[in-house]
Amino acid sequence: MVKFIATTSLFKYTWEQVAIGLWQRYPNPNSKHVLTEDVLSRSIEGSRIISLRMLTKTNKIPKWGERIVGRDKNVLIVEESVVDANEKTVTTYTRNIGLQKFMSIEEKCVYRVSSENPSWTTCERTAWVSSSFYGVGRGLEAFGAKRFHSNAHKATQGFDYVLTSLFKADHLKDHPLLVSSKIKDTARKAAEMAKSKAAPLLPRTSPS
Amino acid sequence: MDSVGKECQDLKRKYDECFNKWFAEKFLKGVTEDPCTKLFNVYQECVKKAIKEKNLNLDAIEEQVLGTSKEKQPPSK
Repeated sequence: MVKFIATTSLFKYTWEQVAIGLWQRYPNPNSKHVLTEDVLSRSIEGSRIISLRMLTKTNKIPKWGERIVGRDKNVLIVEESVVDANEKTVTTYTRNIGLQKFMSIEEKCVYRVSSENPSWTTCERTAWVSSSFYGVGRGLEAFGAKRFHSNAHKATQGFDYVLTSLFKADHLKDHPLLVSSKIKDTARKAAEMAKSKAAPLLPRTSPS
Repeated sequence: MDSVGKECQDLKRKYDECFNKWFAEKFLKGVTEDPCTKLFNVYQECVKKAIKEKNLNLDAIEEQVLGTSKEKQPPSK
């Protein structure tokens, strides 16, 4: 069994800006799990650049999976890409190396000029999540597919943050990523304050 | 961003700077001659050595999938 996922993301930046930003997308506030990034090969063929990049990431595994594969294993991610300056496309194909039996995720993204607005760019993302782990494979696929959705959203938001910092730096302080973390921070502080105020009342309400 | 080999960090930074500048200012405007190959070669020497020392499977890493029959396909309806 393989779970297939297809989504489209929109970046309100030109195709050229997105292509420039793709090489600089790490680090960003949503990429704390990405530890290293390297280019392992690169060739230029006419108007195309073909690259191979390798990332190492920390990989959080669900509690019940830890017993099977151990904890805190770092995972290798390989990203092949083709930039075609004539066609104005960037195609990336990403897969994990190691732990594939536990879970294998392959993802293809095609970045092209938006049909809606020529100064925007869309990323058509297709992904395949599979696990061949005996007995728990299906549960893992469901877990993997669910996590893929939230990770894809975080990755898109992180990349958008990088594009903003490169091309609209004066808008960076209003970026949704910062705004949402500020809201979370404010909520956390409010909750802590409420807790500390409530604490002295607790002994009085407990039965004597 | 850090390199997998700590000792390659500086070489990587120099190469990245060269490539990013060239990509934005030249390649996207039609110039295809790459001025960063020397920097790339010394960085590569360092990073390939680091990969070997860490016992990472370079064959699996370098296997080409994109553009080959090994690429996964969307399910047919």
